[in-house]
Amino acid sequence: MSAEASPAPKTKASFDLHVWGPVLALLALVAFGALLNPNFLSAGNVTNVLARSSFIGIIAVGATFVITIGGLDLSVGSMSAFLAGLTIIVLNALAPSLGIGWGTILVGMAACLVMGLGAGLLNGFLITVGRIEAFIVTLGTLGIFRSLVIWLADGGTLSLNFELREIYRPVYYGGFFGIAWPIIVFAIVAIVGEIVMRRTSYGRHCAAIGSNDQVARYSAIHVERVRLVTYMLQGMLVGIATIMYVPRLGSASSTTGLLWELEAIAAVIIGGTVLKGGFGRVWGTVVGVLILSLIDNILNLTDLVSPYLNGAIQGVIIILAVVLQRGRKGGA
Amino acid sequence: MKTMTKFAAGALVAASLALPGAASAQDGDSATIGVSIPAATHGWAGGVNFHAQEAIDALEETYPNLDFVLATAGDPGKQVSDIEDMMATRNIDALVVLPFESDPLTGPVKRVADAGKFVTVVDRGLAQEGIEDLYVAGDNTAFGRVSGEYFKEKMPDGGKIVVLRGIPTTIDNERVEAFQAAIEGSGIEVLGMEHGNWNRDDAFEVMQDFLSKYPEIDAVWASDDDMALGVIEAIKQAGRDDQMWVLGGAGMKQMIERVKNGDTMVPADVTYPPAMIATAIRLTANRFVSSAPMEGRFIIGSVLVTPENADQYYYPASPF
Repeated sequence: MSAEASPAPKTKASFDLHVWGPVLALLALVAFGALLNPNFLSAGNVTNVLARSSFIGIIAVGATFVITIGGLDLSVGSMSAFLAGLTIIVLNALAPSLGIGWGTILVGMAACLVMGLGAGLLNGFLITVGRIEAFIVTLGTLGIFRSLVIWLADGGTLSLNFELREIYRPVYYGGFFGIAWPIIVFAIVAIVGEIVMRRTSYGRHCAAIGSNDQVARYSAIHVERVRLVTYMLQGMLVGIATIMYVPRLGSASSTTGLLWELEAIAAVIIGGTVLKGGFGRVWGTVVGVLILSLIDNILNLTDLVSPYLNGAIQGVIIILAVVLQRGRKGGA
Repeated sequence: MKTMTKFAAGALVAASLALPGAASAQDGDSATIGVSIPAATHGWAGGVNFHAQEAIDALEETYPNLDFVLATAGDPGKQVSDIEDMMATRNIDALVVLPFESDPLTGPVKRVADAGKFVTVVDRGLAQEGIEDLYVAGDNTAFGRVSGEYFKEKMPDGGKIVVLRGIPTTIDNERVEAFQAAIEGSGIEVLGMEHGNWNRDDAFEVMQDFLSKYPEIDAVWASDDDMALGVIEAIKQAGRDDQMWVLGGAGMKQMIERVKNGDTMVPADVTYPPAMIATAIRLTANRFVSSAPMEGRFIIGSVLVTPENADQYYYPASPF
């Protein structure tokens, strides 16, 4: 159903709305924002928007792969909250023995990554070896991770040790040549993701499995292994996002990462990845993430509509972005 | 402002003080009290869970003839099922309920009341009046008014403020309306209001955008302590911490601690205590261990916490 899959070559001159729709929507939003508020394009605001997009962005790159293989991971938001809680507990526990310093932080970061891989492995294991639908497995782990973080926090908030927080803080707020670290990490993850999707055999295997897993199996692709690796990759990326998230507010609670899974999935679909699997576009996902966070930002910067209607405006723009993209195909 | 509680039904305080004496008289009768509260999905609700559990543990120890069933629900539907289960399988004599939402819970709670059980409704009123025997609640109007009056006092010459609102609900509307009424005519200009949904992350992002939008802000009414923490982080990031102060609300221990320590960014806080669930459970228990009347309305006032009285409102053991 994707243009890439159809062998008939289109006339080269025609501008492919199918591909460029989301980019047009993004540019329109930027132009609109700049018109409405002069501060919109200020360095401060651009940094804010990109930095806060980075969590969903990093997770959504993973979600692009998961959806491309025809899977789904609903647990990423809860997983992120759970990892943030565990990381804070690990850091607080290590502070007395390892001291207050970068060493402790690095161990905490490593722990977060390893636990992310572990959480992804759990999802992947249940899906591939347990042969349970991805939707059910990740819906289950969504509830499990969310409850665990509430339980760990005793219903309240887990807060990072104050001195450690001061050291860790620059990971979110600091930067390199004026570009905030979360933006740099997001960019690296996106570029590597795009290369892996387009240029590696793993990426092609993902698309093949998503198109038709039977055919993929006959083509000697280790279908279950690729699936398992993909869920682990998703878990690791949630870990990376959490590493960037923890220093922002230095806390984890039951509301951390709420509904991130839906935002990530929305961004992936806006970007042109096919929900049924078989085709993924990482750069499109990046555009989708930026569209979603720009809507929020523009609504906050202007007084155009009642704040009660923010959700409605978001909904309309999400649907429009996809309509622009699918218009010529008559829907998905 | 000093008096923490005011009574609609007068006899309540005397009754709660006279507890131990009354217990022995009723040793024979046992009673089961069902407690249904929302799950700990945010900080304040976490406090409710903590204080409910604490009150139940203490009461069960004091009165062996009292039995409690505690259920926490993540959504209104689950809460309705919880209450139905309590009626069907635990044969409760009384129900203490903090409704997730007013409308969906009104019918089920009414059925409990119609079955002749003692019903205590906490914080969120039901959509229909006269169902409950006892109503225990915080005072959202006072919460907004006390906050507004503090702004007026702190900014006698007026100033520019931004407001973060909670999840769009009646609670939030009552607070904001009372706040606006209190600051009317004071020269305080509300530059903007947005919903931060009582959520730290949302509040952080909304405040970042407020800071980009308005070059001059003198103070922030964050209207909730979780939101205040997000707001403070955004202000720090913008390096504007010396330009404005923040008023939260609810009485989270981290915020009370800051007030106590004289933090210039957090000069005060306004209470909306989650421990009101303990008040409700204890009053309901009294109904079964004493002969004092417990029917009526019990409204817990919102108090301004300043460095002078912060010690009184600091509960280090609570998760909230």
